Amino acid sequence: MEPNSPGVIAERLASTGYLADPELATVTFLAVKMQRPLLLEGEPGTGKTALAEAIAEALDLPMVRLQCYEGIDSTQALYDWDFARQILHLRALEAAGTDAEVEEAEKSLYDERFLLARPVLAALRRSPSVLLVDEIDRADDEFEAFLLEVLSTYRVTIPEFGTVAAAVPPIVVLTSNRTRELHDALKRRCLYHWIDHPGLDREVEIVRRRAPEVSETLARQVVTVVQQLRGTDSGAGAASALLKAPGVAETLDWARALHHLGALELDLESAAATLGALVKHREDGDRVRAALDRLLA
Amino acid sequence: MNDHDGTEILLGFTRALRAAGVAATQDRAHGFLQATAILGAADAAATYAAGRATLCAGPDDLRRYDQVFEAWFGSTARMPVPPVSLRTVSAVSTLPETEPQAGDGAGEEDGDVVRAQASDIETLRHRDVADLSSAEQERVAGLIARLRPQTPRRPTPRQDAWRRGRVDAHRTLRASLRHLGEPAEIHYRRRGERPRRVVWLIDVSGSMSDYADVLLRVAHRVSTAGGHGAVFTLGTRLTDITRALRHRDPDRALVAAGEAVPDWSGGTRLGDNLQAFLRRHLGLARGAVVVVASDGWERGDTTLLEEQTARLHRLAHRVVWLNPHRGKVGYEPLQRGIVAVLPHVDDFVAGHSLATYEDLVEVIARA
Repeated sequence: MEPNSPGVIAERLASTGYLADPELATVTFLAVKMQRPLLLEGEPGTGKTALAEAIAEALDLPMVRLQCYEGIDSTQALYDWDFARQILHLRALEAAGTDAEVEEAEKSLYDERFLLARPVLAALRRSPSVLLVDEIDRADDEFEAFLLEVLSTYRVTIPEFGTVAAAVPPIVVLTSNRTRELHDALKRRCLYHWIDHPGLDREVEIVRRRAPEVSETLARQVVTVVQQLRGTDSGAGAASALLKAPGVAETLDWARALHHLGALELDLESAAATLGALVKHREDGDRVRAALDRLLA
Repeated sequence: MNDHDGTEILLGFTRALRAAGVAATQDRAHGFLQATAILGAADAAATYAAGRATLCAGPDDLRRYDQVFEAWFGSTARMPVPPVSLRTVSAVSTLPETEPQAGDGAGEEDGDVVRAQASDIETLRHRDVADLSSAEQERVAGLIARLRPQTPRRPTPRQDAWRRGRVDAHRTLRASLRHLGEPAEIHYRRRGERPRRVVWLIDVSGSMSDYADVLLRVAHRVSTAGGHGAVFTLGTRLTDITRALRHRDPDRALVAAGEAVPDWSGGTRLGDNLQAFLRRHLGLARGAVVVVASDGWERGDTTLLEEQTARLHRLAHRVVWLNPHRGKVGYEPLQRGIVAVLPHVDDFVAGHSLATYEDLVEVIARA
């Protein structure tokens, strides 16, 4: 089942609808082979999170997702004890009136059934699996250090319970939006890749794969407009002023929205009506609307 | 090629990379060798991809990597390079032109400030820093170093032990275990607190040159005291000087910042700068206290400036706008830039004298 070349990985990913360019396929292949976490950076909407999902699907592995946020700590990432149930259990022991030793009672409290596995522990236990650590840059330094420890050993020690080690290290994908510089130690553990917005042809291909119901002409027109808005096309005046350039997900949403309106080609009226699927700021909406006829020309 | 040679070529390449400024450490080099062994070193494109993934750690690295790779192995199929990041620091130093009035500070840190008369300090506190002699400026610098800023706090999802609040089941259970399961003392917890980020955006264009230096000092003082924040300069372009200002000694930090800023005393496009900031560092602004220090001198259209300030206001916890001219007699906010931003600002403060900086520190602490 192990893919043995970047080409095979690319094919497998493509079969799930994720089109990876050769470099990304190579890096993914290396991450699997070298058992190193993969750190993905790039603009929002370039498919960082989607890659983890695609890897899981392509290799037929379960995926566990850990969404990072400011203030996240190890009990939210690793494990926690179900204290309410533990206390009930303690009361039950008391009510039963067994003369069990204190130690016994304590032992029975830290039983597996009271253990709440949070994403990292769950991934280690279910491994082989894919662990997605999403938006690691949002978490604090301390959490990053803690994660580094887990990612170097792929084992977790629970004082009351023992050590849980993954038989096979999970495939770890970390994503970052660069709101904060990550520690060098963590970066050194990881393979690094910068994901760019796809080029015109690749994006058309993505739309065709992910939304096969959309007509070829419509797909190409939609992508052309989106690429202009992103400013990846040369003469994009309107684009550079957008607050948030649309990502691939928005392209897909827009294409699908147009399709639902029965559009076979992009025209001014339907484009204006469905703009909400593409841009998510009022100012951007105004700007794109004003530039639409030029963009469609 | 035989294996031995191959390894040497690859290691030579990592050395060249290191010379070019990429932190290709031993373990990274090791990872690189491992990766090429898996992919087969004969395939140039594969080696290229392997090196990018194992030796680089950011967009800057990737750009340097491409150059070195081309020099070392000859050109290959080029892969896309990420957009220009802001960390590319140009080597040109424009510091000395405007710096000297602030005193070069190297060997003159005598404690004569301490002996200064109290009344003297009182007058100094209210003087416009632009009109000070260099000796007086030095004393002001000393007084700024003495400011005791308090970092604003924000609540966190994490819980701390506290006298009352929600029941802390974990501790309570632990305590009751100690009494053989007998209910014992109940422990409580409450939401914890952490420092809130303070982000500084300091205009260093020509019209602000009298104040930029002192403002950087204040920013340095606040960010080193709290340890949580970021500092940018606004000029013809946006420059991140957070790292430069990390030095504990204010004079050294200021010199480092001066070297990092390529457009000291140039023109400014406030709107563009704010847009660049929000585009690249949106996450920094979110929930932070953002201090913008500028006289709002915007040439041309102010629509973009207004729009970006409005956005900043929606993202940040609090926007404090500092204008050095605000506290002066007869000042009215008539500048078009200022008129545009005022509706989107939480605090509009003065910033021309030591006293106003003390007030600013207060405003930040209360945010």
